[in-house]
Amino acid sequence: MEWLNAVVQGIMLGGLFALFATGLSIAFGVMRFVNLAHGDLAILGAFVAVSVTSGLSLNPFVSLVVVVPIMLAAGYAMQLGVFNFTISADPLPSILVTFGLGVVIQNALLETYSADSRGLDVGSIEVESITLTDAIAIGWIPLITLAAAVAVLLGLQAMLSRTSLGRAFRAVSDDPATARLMGINDRNLYAVAMGIAFATVAIAGVFLGIRQSFGPTDGPAQLLYAFEAVVIGGLGSVWGTLVGGLLLGIAHGLGGQFEVSFGYGSGPLLGHLVFLAVLATKPTGLLGRRDA
Amino acid sequence: MSEHRVTRSDRQSRFGLATFAVLLAVLALLPWWDSDGSLRVPLVAILYYLALAQMWNLLAGFAGLVSIGQQMFVGIGVYTLLSFAEDFGVDPYLSVLLAGLVAAVLSLPVAALAFRLRGGYFAIGTWVIAEVFRLIALESGFLGGANVRTMTRASLGGYSVDTRNTVTYLLALGLAAGATAIVVLVLRSRLGLALRSIRDNAEGARGLGVSVTRAKLVVWVISAFWTGMTGAVILLHNPSTRAESAFSVLRWTALVVFIAIIGGVGSTTGPIIGVVIYWCVREFLEDAEEWRFIILGLIAAAMAVAAPRGVYGLLQKRWTVQFFPVRRRLVGPGVGAPAPPDEIRTPSQPPK
Repeated sequence: MEWLNAVVQGIMLGGLFALFATGLSIAFGVMRFVNLAHGDLAILGAFVAVSVTSGLSLNPFVSLVVVVPIMLAAGYAMQLGVFNFTISADPLPSILVTFGLGVVIQNALLETYSADSRGLDVGSIEVESITLTDAIAIGWIPLITLAAAVAVLLGLQAMLSRTSLGRAFRAVSDDPATARLMGINDRNLYAVAMGIAFATVAIAGVFLGIRQSFGPTDGPAQLLYAFEAVVIGGLGSVWGTLVGGLLLGIAHGLGGQFEVSFGYGSGPLLGHLVFLAVLATKPTGLLGRRDA
Repeated sequence: MSEHRVTRSDRQSRFGLATFAVLLAVLALLPWWDSDGSLRVPLVAILYYLALAQMWNLLAGFAGLVSIGQQMFVGIGVYTLLSFAEDFGVDPYLSVLLAGLVAAVLSLPVAALAFRLRGGYFAIGTWVIAEVFRLIALESGFLGGANVRTMTRASLGGYSVDTRNTVTYLLALGLAAGATAIVVLVLRSRLGLALRSIRDNAEGARGLGVSVTRAKLVVWVISAFWTGMTGAVILLHNPSTRAESAFSVLRWTALVVFIAIIGGVGSTTGPIIGVVIYWCVREFLEDAEEWRFIILGLIAAAMAVAAPRGVYGLLQKRWTVQFFPVRRRLVGPGVGAPAPPDEIRTPSQPPK
């Protein structure tokens, strides 16, 4: 029963990982862009939410109304102003720019907010849960997080398959040169994609902050989890991202069972090992497209 | 016999090598005239950063392996030295060599996994694997990475403080000069030609019989070996450590990457320029580590967009300066101006 509970809690945590992975997956899917600042941007989003909630005395859930547009605009501007200049056959400039940006965000947060751990307080719902059996109870917050991840991915899937914006995304993803000939402004489209990526990672950051305490240096770990979820699920697959996130969450949950004997690193370590096992046996991911 | 031949040395590179040799000689004799160590002690950190930056430069600048996991080899070096010298009583300086060997051996399975990923995903993949090593060092009772561990006097054997300081300094100097020499020698070799052909057109290189994976693997193992030894020397210089600092991505990869980019990645001279700039920034912002990261990070990010070949590349645009004999040129009757240095050419775009 203890193990079953670990799996259930892991699935809930996996919802958060899937939410983190979505933005990384969008940027890679649309423009083959790997954003190494992704995790630090999530933490930045969470800190913006800290300022918004205390400044405007809002509930953290409500603060999303402010935080998400800010990050969306930041992503759009960042792609137009900086990232677009690094897109070339050579991946080095984009890696270096985003890696540098991540280190700068992390240290700027340390300077602004100090190294103290923070949390986003949403009131009594934090401790409420649904009791399934005597040993298994699902907290409302993890459940809402998982629901949010599914909602974001459903929305994304609908946008990609049903709207003209989604069609344009698929077109530039497949063949940017031809898409340009068909009158698509690919640079602007990349900026929209990065705006969406920043927005989803801000949502992920706020949910992280509601779920647990966080500090300025927590970004890189979130980047690694997001990346692992994307690779486990398979590059270029929206539902693969969800499956990858959930599997990674389950690995963290099961790994957590060894905390007493091994230490607090056991959850993340098992997660990393599952990722490496998938990489060794099925590098295209579980639901990945062959060509991705 | 034709009078034409391919040469890599010219007046400039002979001058460069001579300058380098003089500088090296002055630095090697430093312990004998800088008796209080006021120059020597800060220089050790600059020297090991140069060694790390050259090794990252070799990977990212020449083999297209943009690793964000170099801290794994530093950490492996640190904990190998601790294990051998502290736990098994092996001579600390022999343990430095062993640290490099252990890092090189461990780099093979790492490559087997990480080489499945490309570009940015390779970068994050190496970072994940570095995290695995960090967590193992952190949680294992044998390595004891959760607590501060120190190289005790007993394990440093019969060496006096003066000898130890001098040897640490000379080791750091040897690692820095050796790292630079490795990059120069690799570039001059057949492997260097293979790497540059892969960088410019991997498919074409493969078609001409270049084994892409093998060339990358050789460079990867060399870099791991040298970075592991550098990690051990870092511990000799700074005898207390824990897993968090031994496997620190900020110290052993981010700073190293910034140094290489600002100076000029993909050139032999760039990291030397970068480490000098790093020294200046450090002198101005001695107590503010966060600001150091912010400023260097901003400069590096700006350079990556606007001047991807760093300060060296900017200098190169104005003057054709080449300190190390790595550029191949045809000389002989009727041969005109030298071809543009292949060392700084940006990778060609694939045909659309």
